[in-house]
Amino acid sequence: MLAALSLRQWDLVLRQAMRAGIVARLCYQLDDLDLLKAVPERPRRHLEAAQILAQKHQRDVRWEVGCLREVLAASGIPIILLKGAAYVMADLPPARGRLFSDIDFMVPHHRIGEVESVLRDTDWTTEVRDPYDQRYYRRWTHQIPPLRHIRRGTVLDVHHTIVPPTARAPVAAEALAAESLPLASGIQLRILAPADMVLHSAVHLFNEGEFDRGLRDLLDLSDLLQHFGAQPGFWETLAGRAEALGLVRPLFLTLRYIEWLLEVPLPAPARESAQRWLPSPLTTRCLDALFLRALLPAHHSCDGPLTGTARWLLYVRAHYLRMPLHLLVPHLLRKSLIRPRETDDSRKFRETQQRVEELLRLTPATHGKAGEVEGAGNTTRSHLPGV
Amino acid sequence: MRLATLGKMGLCERLQGPGLFLRTGPFTNRIQTRIAAVVDGVLQLYADYPVCQDESFADFHVALTQPVGPRRWYRPQVRFEFDRTMPFKPLPLAQSLPALEWGLNWCVGNHAHTFLVIHAAAIEKGGCAAILPGPPGSGKSTLTAYLVHKGWRLLSDELALISLQDGQVTPLARPVSLKNRSIDVIAETLPDAVLSARCKDTVKGTVSLLKAPRESVERVAEPALPAWVIFPSFKVDATANLMPCSKAVTLIELGRNAFNYSIHGKAGFEVLAGLVDRCACYSFSYSRLPDAIPVFDSLLPSRQEATGTPA
Repeated sequence: MLAALSLRQWDLVLRQAMRAGIVARLCYQLDDLDLLKAVPERPRRHLEAAQILAQKHQRDVRWEVGCLREVLAASGIPIILLKGAAYVMADLPPARGRLFSDIDFMVPHHRIGEVESVLRDTDWTTEVRDPYDQRYYRRWTHQIPPLRHIRRGTVLDVHHTIVPPTARAPVAAEALAAESLPLASGIQLRILAPADMVLHSAVHLFNEGEFDRGLRDLLDLSDLLQHFGAQPGFWETLAGRAEALGLVRPLFLTLRYIEWLLEVPLPAPARESAQRWLPSPLTTRCLDALFLRALLPAHHSCDGPLTGTARWLLYVRAHYLRMPLHLLVPHLLRKSLIRPRETDDSRKFRETQQRVEELLRLTPATHGKAGEVEGAGNTTRSHLPGV
Repeated sequence: MRLATLGKMGLCERLQGPGLFLRTGPFTNRIQTRIAAVVDGVLQLYADYPVCQDESFADFHVALTQPVGPRRWYRPQVRFEFDRTMPFKPLPLAQSLPALEWGLNWCVGNHAHTFLVIHAAAIEKGGCAAILPGPPGSGKSTLTAYLVHKGWRLLSDELALISLQDGQVTPLARPVSLKNRSIDVIAETLPDAVLSARCKDTVKGTVSLLKAPRESVERVAEPALPAWVIFPSFKVDATANLMPCSKAVTLIELGRNAFNYSIHGKAGFEVLAGLVDRCACYSFSYSRLPDAIPVFDSLLPSRQEATGTPA
């Protein structure tokens, strides 16, 4: 069907895919099916350009993980790579065509101070100097404030667990670490066990209230389930683990929307679990109304009159899952009214950006995380030479 | 169909409605705007360019809009939109036309990764391309503007698109961006050249856009193999002087001036190395534009001698 699209349809597909961060993924999939050469030349150039960019991101992630291992080697602290970095280093299907805005990894809670200290001694600096935001990260989330490399611009998200400790269903990091697997390269670098990797991805998508890459994250989950689903007993392990860790709801939503939005048929054990975990009809209807809007690409052609509201409600829900109500309201008020103070380092970074972008005589509207460019996906900051 | 045949009314209808699908080299840009200065500027600068009849696919969907709210009236602004996102902070409304140019450059520099995109001018004569990298202030655009009215073909003013497959330069042939004193110099030296209205107080001073020669636009589908990399440098009272430049330094400078060199990794290095190997590399200092003509024109016979190709 894709190969028979008209140019007008390709125009829209590419724009939606760009916003969802999946153009390169599309390129790889068409190539796998030997359909890429049948795509008309003009859209094909965009697919190939995105693939070139994604390959660069993969190279960068491997390099960064190598640098990270060197920096932390002496400490012997186990580093459990999460999400994209794990997919790349373990050669898992979601790695292909992926763009990265940061590198996520998890370390034991009691050693996170040490990790932060070592990183800050070796050219990593905090992005966040606003004291409120610093406290927010350390108190209410499962990570320290992001760190940015002063020269390379890469961003690290250092986690100590996969859901905030104040969540209504906290997850013990020790349970995850106990099941984690070493990467082929050595015991310090590790990845989560397959079931935990799926659950983490599900929690990230359905509980954190960010949907810029919602469709991509759902596709990643589909890839992971198809890949690991081939292992005998995987579905039973996954269901059991979700129940043991209190992560049934995100997994339920994963299975439901993979089947509904991506039309991927679920195997019988998955269907049975989903049926068992079905919430009340009212809850189900509310969740469907919200997620079926929020998971579409954030492109104006996909937006309906309630899409913005749905995303906002899910953002509030994510915070509700993380914080008690009496703190949630002041937090949301503050976020909507006060702009965070710029740090010295982000100011210097911005000035370097501006000097180079004087080539184009334009000032970027946002200076978000490094690297992610797919089109202005990033939201996107342009990828600049020599910076 | 040429844009000029649309007439102002036809152009307005498209810009204010479904969009003008304007072809610039390999790219189709869908442009929408209601801003009068942009409409007039597009009619003036892009009169010779092809407008797509089949308006179904655009590489870049851009719009120049005014914000809703106080900044529509008080110190009015213009926003460059890329498929309804805003990659840049708004600019003063008076800079709307340059904003379109800078925005289209951004689109190419950030998306056209099937090319190696170098921040350089490129001109062509006798089937050979000269790449002129140069930071702002080097006189690159002034020199380019002059030479393309004296026998050289404009391939590009700001963005040299190098094919990853065969190293050829793919033309864009978009308007040449001039600033400050060079606007006056070109206006005096080339009285027939078409210059847009001047925009003052941009980051770089006063800016004006020079319409590309018609022939350059008509031949935009013809790529050219680079034969020379020449670093121009305007120096007051300098005599025109072409000095050979180290290939190693040239490669490094080209890499530094490339928008997406780091994206291409090893392949990017190999393309640049191939380009530098193939090209004669020079720096060129000058103070008077007419002095450049004999210097540049002498490059071609030397090239033909060196490569054994006939005139």
